[in-house]
Amino acid sequence: MEDFLLAFLNWQIVQEAWPILWDGLKSTLALSAMVVPLGIAGGIILAVLSTLPSPWVRWPLRVWVDTFRALPPLVLLIFLFAGLPFAGVDIGAWGAVAVGFFLNTGAYYGEILRAGIESVPRGQIEAARSTGLTSGQTMRHVVLPQAVRNVLPDLISNTLEVVKLTSIASVVALPELLFQARQAQSVTYNATPIVAAAVVYFILLWPVVRLLSRLENRQLASRR
Amino acid sequence: MSPAPIVDARAIHKHFGHLHVLKGVDLQVAEKELVFLIGPSGSGKSTLLRCLNRLEDPSSGSVVVDGIDMLDKRTDINKARQRIGMVFQSFNLYPHMTALGNVALALRKVQGLGRAEAEAKGRAALDRVHLAEKAETYPLQLSGGQQQRVAIARAIALEPRVMLFDEPTSALDPELVGGVLAVMRELREDGMTMVVVSHEMGFAKAAADRVVFMSDGMIIETGAPAEIFANPREERTRAFISQIERH
Repeated sequence: MEDFLLAFLNWQIVQEAWPILWDGLKSTLALSAMVVPLGIAGGIILAVLSTLPSPWVRWPLRVWVDTFRALPPLVLLIFLFAGLPFAGVDIGAWGAVAVGFFLNTGAYYGEILRAGIESVPRGQIEAARSTGLTSGQTMRHVVLPQAVRNVLPDLISNTLEVVKLTSIASVVALPELLFQARQAQSVTYNATPIVAAAVVYFILLWPVVRLLSRLENRQLASRR
Repeated sequence: MSPAPIVDARAIHKHFGHLHVLKGVDLQVAEKELVFLIGPSGSGKSTLLRCLNRLEDPSSGSVVVDGIDMLDKRTDINKARQRIGMVFQSFNLYPHMTALGNVALALRKVQGLGRAEAEAKGRAALDRVHLAEKAETYPLQLSGGQQQRVAIARAIALEPRVMLFDEPTSALDPELVGGVLAVMRELREDGMTMVVVSHEMGFAKAAADRVVFMSDGMIIETGAPAEIFANPREERTRAFISQIERH
């Protein structure tokens, strides 16, 4: 028991490692603040494009979305970081993470928002167009706000996944929380920093999880 | 028809795939006239109405509204639509906006008014449908009749030259129909040109200048309400009217 506490829940190690972990937490927050808006922006673009009837848009879009949903994000990230330099394109760790998340999470946000857009009744669009709004204005002021509201739990749930997924940036040596925890672990020869990082993730995300289940319950109740 | 009609639709055909929904329909509406379109469901009345503001594109024919050729590729359709208000069977209010927000949206985004001016105009429009006090209320907190009146306000706020009503009372509980019809009557008294698709025969008798009976994608008969209801010339009209009046 003593050994267990010393190896995993060693308070002294936490104190020692905390500055390193704190830097990691800041990077994780910065990373999330970058990739979540990027993914949502990518998702909005894909979802709006998916409303165009032309097969010249539809099919390439389908292939695009399917590709980036099927490709493991870790494979994509390593390709962007370690593969592209062979073609003379070196976008660095942050660049690789930005592009990778834009492609991967954009595809997921896109599918969620597309379902949201499709849930808005046709009459809403007709009413807006009959008052002279352009299709772009109709999308922005009438359709998207309702679409987002209709799929809010799914959007939050996906955002939760995206924030957790930022930990894969550790494989390209981006000093986010998990990477820093590994650093601290190797400096201190102790597993406590990993446990501490897990606790930090939990504290960060648990409120979002609570919010999500309240939203889901409310949505269930309103369907009854 | 002496002065140029404000709505002038000619030889309208509409196909949906292999369905031939409108088979060469002509409809002229004079300024300040209230024209009632009646006919069995599937007769093409709603489609005809929707061709007038190009919510549906006619397969062929011509539509001129207030001197604007609606089918000309060079026509700015969004500008033209501001002159043609439309009210739908299912209201189609934006649920995420208040009544005032619904009315003010196009004033701001289409006509480019500032917030204060758009809201003043929006409130005036809500006042015309007697719902000024509901400006800050969301659609789902309003009765069906109130929602439809907000929808009318949304359309008249843009000061259209013509109003199109697509079965405006069909989705309402019977006790809520009267309020909507009363607002429509007031609009008419203020001189609004109106084309109404509806089964409210009492309203047609009392308020319409002309009744147009459609069946099977064609106009079968047209005339003053008294003629059409009392002495229909065509057998199909007679059959339809006796069926409606039995209800």
